[in-house]
Amino acid sequence: MSTPLKPLPAWADVAVIPLVNVAAAFVISGLVVLAIGENPLQAVQILLTGALGDLEGIGFTLYYATSFIFTGLAVALCFHAGLFNIGVEGQAYFAGLGAALVALHLGFLPGYSLVIVAILAAALFGAAFAAIPGYLQAYRDSHIVITTIMFNYIASAIMGYLLVNVMRVPGQMNAETAAFPANGRVLQFHEVMAWFGVHWPVTPFNLSFLLALVCAFVVWLLIWRTRLGYEIRTVGANPTAAVYGGISPARITILSTLLSGALAGGLAVNVILGEEHRLILEYTSGFGFVGIAVALMGRAHPVGIILAAILFGVLYQGGAELAFEQPKISRDMIVVIQGLVVLFAGALEHMFRRPVATLLARRTAQPPI
Amino acid sequence: MEWFDAFIVMFASGMRLAIPLILACLAGLWSERSGVVDIGLEGKILVGAFASAVGATFTGSAWAGLAVGVVATIGFSLIHGYASIDQRANQIVSGTAINMVADGLTALIGNAIWQQGGRTPQLPADAQFGAIAWRFAEEIGRIPILGPIYQHVVSGNDIITYIAFLVVPLTYWALYHTRFGLRLRAVGENPAAVDTAGISVRALRYSAVIICGVLVGLAGVYLALGQTGYFQPHMSAGRGFIALAALVFAKWRPWPALATCLLFGFLDALAIRLQGVELPVIGPVPVQAIEALPYVLTVILLAGFIGKAIPPRASGIPYVKER
Repeated sequence: MSTPLKPLPAWADVAVIPLVNVAAAFVISGLVVLAIGENPLQAVQILLTGALGDLEGIGFTLYYATSFIFTGLAVALCFHAGLFNIGVEGQAYFAGLGAALVALHLGFLPGYSLVIVAILAAALFGAAFAAIPGYLQAYRDSHIVITTIMFNYIASAIMGYLLVNVMRVPGQMNAETAAFPANGRVLQFHEVMAWFGVHWPVTPFNLSFLLALVCAFVVWLLIWRTRLGYEIRTVGANPTAAVYGGISPARITILSTLLSGALAGGLAVNVILGEEHRLILEYTSGFGFVGIAVALMGRAHPVGIILAAILFGVLYQGGAELAFEQPKISRDMIVVIQGLVVLFAGALEHMFRRPVATLLARRTAQPPI
Repeated sequence: MEWFDAFIVMFASGMRLAIPLILACLAGLWSERSGVVDIGLEGKILVGAFASAVGATFTGSAWAGLAVGVVATIGFSLIHGYASIDQRANQIVSGTAINMVADGLTALIGNAIWQQGGRTPQLPADAQFGAIAWRFAEEIGRIPILGPIYQHVVSGNDIITYIAFLVVPLTYWALYHTRFGLRLRAVGENPAAVDTAGISVRALRYSAVIICGVLVGLAGVYLALGQTGYFQPHMSAGRGFIALAALVFAKWRPWPALATCLLFGFLDALAIRLQGVELPVIGPVPVQAIEALPYVLTVILLAGFIGKAIPPRASGIPYVKER
């Protein structure tokens, strides 16, 4: 029934196929909007205006994008090692504890060294929480997908207990910690701009964005320019060949889950240290799972991840505006789009390969000489 | 005897909490035994609950609601099946996609129709599956020990509860005592051998995926039409993942699956019962610890410290027919 396909040219593989997949996700999303009785084109217009129409919208968009760069990188790093880390959500949640403990209890640290230690603590706590599933995958042969799902709920239970029973400010109704001191916060962009006398609207957009870009560059460097990265990719592509080449898959599994957990900690840096300035219940609000969509859409490459993260930033910020203007299109629409992106860019990524290949073959067919 | 009565009432509530787990867990069992890993159970419970609530709201009939709910989950199951079987997709990615789409779509449509934050209207009693009182429940209930068991545990459940308890022996029988079951288990262990015997791997896996859709749909129907009488966004609240944990814990076998789900349901009832209770020495009970227990137990089991959980050998691996 099927003849073997000619391999697609590289440019089609890198650009055309992902674009077709993502386009399919958005076309179906448009049909969903149509089905609930709204105009999809108008919805797109409201969404884009809300996300990119003014500096305030852009600030919020980039704030969300920062979160998604971190979680997307965390998921992607494990992809390269052939591992599926669904636990970014839980790791980021637990990382918030590290950031909060430092910011609240190490106030004696001078100046901005406090926030730097808090950032390191977030990475450390995220890595520590990923360490157990990583170890179990590497040495006890238990599947990391199942263990990280379980660990998401375990994180939720631990943090729920700590926030409600231990860390809550006495007499407060909300399950949240006290506010962090000023030197335990990541500077927000409008504060930095004010130094230069530039007025920028107050948004949660903060310097974590730069950290996210640095992390993206470091991940690129690690994966494609270092020996460890080569080992990670080898284990991901073929663990048996890796062993033959003298690489220990167990060691690589542990290292990549640790690094992935540390990257997940970036979500805590952006949201907890950069915007909320206190630890709050369920602060991650599903952004760890957005990382899966971002990593798949960005094809696990840092540049792709940054672009995909900005797109999802637009969707989250614009989606909030859209839900305000057209109450029928609630913010759940964004979760639908996210799911469709995972479906088409991830699960069904090869569905359009044959049609595209046939089309290209017809275009480039040479007349017989 | 007061403590005994209290125990029975709590056991009954644990059992009711276990019903969606049992159905979802068996759904996962069918799918994974055929080699299709399904982490989309959570999302499909939501689809079943939402579609059945919508169906029952518009028709006024619980049975029509059930049909709509089950058809909708079969649809979502087939998407996962198409990705997993025909497109040879990463089944974890596909399951994740199903969870996201289901979570968003149910809330979105519910909100678009009724504008109550995604909640569907409360159904009248005759559009729900009500409790079926068995004969002489009141009278027999006065007999010590056996009476309360009859009155509170055996009698007074809705039809889906009885279906759930029927599905367990049925699954056991079908998997271990029929030709279809043998082939289905074989396709989850060694699809190439099944293929060599001239049996379609694809057809077997698709039928398993459809059975999975029916059962997980019933789990959702139970939440909407048995337990509450409405649909609310995210109302599955992680039950699909607990069912997945139970499946691992039961090592992919039907009777242990029933026992594990009852245990997890009972833990849930215990956590609800102990909310805010002060114990001597410990003080207020950390209910989060009880809530996390199913997950912790599953991780410990997975780590191989109490027995070994070995999944079906071909689960998660797409079958590529040799040319």
